[in-house]
Amino acid sequence: MTRRLLVVMLAIAAQFEAAPSARAELNVVAATQDLASIAQEIGGDKIKVTPMAKGYQDPHFVEAKPSFVLTLNRADLLIVVGRDLEIGWLPPLITQSRNAKIQPGSKGYLDPSQTAKILELPTGTVTRAMGDVHPLGNPHYWLDPENGRRIAQAIKDRLSELDAANAAYYAQREADFGRRLTEAQQRWKAQMAPYKGLKVVTYHRSWANFVDAFGLDVIGYVEPKPGIPPTPQHTLDVINAMKAQNVKLILVEPYFDLKTPNSIAEKTGARVVVLPPSVGGVPAASDYFKLFDTDVALLLDAIKATGTK
Amino acid sequence: MLHSFRETCTAIAVLGALSLAAPAFAQGTQGSQEDLRAQIALLRQQLDALQQKVAALEAAGAQRPAEPAAPPTAAAAPAQPPVVETPAGAAGAAGPAGSLPVYGNTSALSKIFNPDIAVIGNFVGAAGKNDVETLPALQLHEAEVSLQAIVDPYARADFFLAASPEGLEIEEGFVTFPTLPGGLLAKVGKMKAQFGKANTFHAHNLPWVDTPMPIRNLLGGDEGLNDAGISVSKLIPNPALFLEATGEIFNGTNDLFFGQDRGDLAYLGRLRGYRDLTESTNLDLGTSFVFGHNDGGPDSTTRVFGIDATVRYRPLRRAIYKRFLGRTELFWSKRDDALDGGTAFGAYVSGEYQFARRWFAGARYDFSDRAIDTALRDKSGSLLLTFWPSEFSQVRGQYRRTSYADGGTGNELLFQFLFSVGAHGAHVF
Repeated sequence: MTRRLLVVMLAIAAQFEAAPSARAELNVVAATQDLASIAQEIGGDKIKVTPMAKGYQDPHFVEAKPSFVLTLNRADLLIVVGRDLEIGWLPPLITQSRNAKIQPGSKGYLDPSQTAKILELPTGTVTRAMGDVHPLGNPHYWLDPENGRRIAQAIKDRLSELDAANAAYYAQREADFGRRLTEAQQRWKAQMAPYKGLKVVTYHRSWANFVDAFGLDVIGYVEPKPGIPPTPQHTLDVINAMKAQNVKLILVEPYFDLKTPNSIAEKTGARVVVLPPSVGGVPAASDYFKLFDTDVALLLDAIKATGTK
Repeated sequence: MLHSFRETCTAIAVLGALSLAAPAFAQGTQGSQEDLRAQIALLRQQLDALQQKVAALEAAGAQRPAEPAAPPTAAAAPAQPPVVETPAGAAGAAGPAGSLPVYGNTSALSKIFNPDIAVIGNFVGAAGKNDVETLPALQLHEAEVSLQAIVDPYARADFFLAASPEGLEIEEGFVTFPTLPGGLLAKVGKMKAQFGKANTFHAHNLPWVDTPMPIRNLLGGDEGLNDAGISVSKLIPNPALFLEATGEIFNGTNDLFFGQDRGDLAYLGRLRGYRDLTESTNLDLGTSFVFGHNDGGPDSTTRVFGIDATVRYRPLRRAIYKRFLGRTELFWSKRDDALDGGTAFGAYVSGEYQFARRWFAGARYDFSDRAIDTALRDKSGSLLLTFWPSEFSQVRGQYRRTSYADGGTGNELLFQFLFSVGAHGAHVF
């Protein structure tokens, strides 16, 4: 009985195995929707992109679901954010993927953070007394459009290596992406220019590259330390600092609880802005360009509503 | 060599002196005696000079063997820490610029390849009364040291050493080959058997302070089934769900099995299916079977069959604040040497709900027959509360009532402090 069951199972397995996947396009898996969006810009119809973490999900705390094993099993190229952002979930998935192509160090494993501008690289001693620090620097680097350009370049280079026949196609699309990004950057910078140096408070340290690109000034965080939930004393300190410096904006990622930010806003007359740090964070931020369009628009609305300079 | 040199020099000098002196004597009448004397004096000076040179050479020659031991002049240069060039790939636009300092001697270069090291302390305390299982009031139950790294392009290795009051034990130590052809994933070494769910977790990763009753009664005890062996698993591609088949062969001498001959191995098979129901909810089902020889006699064997089911709910937008995990595992154990040939049955049902960013509440009901005397059934019920100060530490309390088959009872409060330092690899889902 057991043997017969085994034979049937093997026969079923062989059936599925035999089905050939005759798809010419490269199967690209991206750890986040941001990377997926940029990869799609470069790869066009020559690649099929599957994102893993959703934009409205905290990318530090994604569950290593077995369904991701299947996604990775079929990948020709895996693009990760890097800088230890996915350390809590991606490594076991890669090991279980049974896919030699995407193991770290292989051609099919791309970490574009290696060529991006990384901020907050810790100097001196790093201990966990500082909270959940990233010893390799702030991993939210895609929030500077200049880094978007660098990511695009890294993806173009790798796609051309994996699929040399379409190298010209990728190069042409990357050039086009770069051109559109430059235009958009001028627009975003112009919109944000009147508010250069505007002081804000953010929930997590997700915005280092964003404020670097658009000239905002983060004076504090709702979290006392990265990954440590707000404490009453720290909340009081933030309220006092905001009152002293007349800060009217609290930027919160969509995956954080609004209770503490709202109570801070109540006591300071500030406004809580739920700002997506990733493509897909809100429905409007459906690609890399629309992410910045959305964030800039949300910020401008909030600035107008609070009447800040 | 030096000796011959000195002799040669002396001989040349003497011969030279004679060759010059001889004609002088022959010409006696021609040259004055004073000339002759002057010449002799000159020759003597030359001879002395030569002898001095020979002596000096000889002295230098005697010192020469000692020279290599003398500190080379380079060592006098100011000591500078050796540096390693940043690997080409790491030369990010704002990555660590240039070269990284490396301390100690040049062998410190090997530190770059050191594995990720972590230590997890598991401190367990017990209060209240239990007539049967007497846990110590306070105990560092275990210090688990993990060492994990990529071996080479084809393999990675994981070591988990558990130091407990019973001694130091290799909890697991295995190599994984993730890039085998045919979509296979193989592990070789000492490892936890892939039987069900709870058996595969390390103590610090369980949602309870203790281990459920059926694992203690039917799977070899607190530590569960853990042995040296080979594990191979394969994905079974299909359009509907994640399906994974695992086959394992173990040495067959562990807490559950007792193979007397080299051929008395233990065999395990597992089939696991998983499916996302929605983006927040998923269902995980598995069935496991293990077979091996036991200590009841030369041909006495044990078979254990298990079914496990897990349902998870975790809304993605609030993933760090809210989740629910419900799990049940059922075990059937058949020992050849069981009294009156019965089958022992055991199971647990457990639920864990996260109600705030750092707070979890849980409950568990578990019971199990005993493997040999299958008519005896132990039962227990628990309520749990867990607090996470951060990702790296955890405090847990478990109220547990136990009713043992032979009349004993337990009414206890177990509490646990878990604390982790270093880089501990992420856990398998």
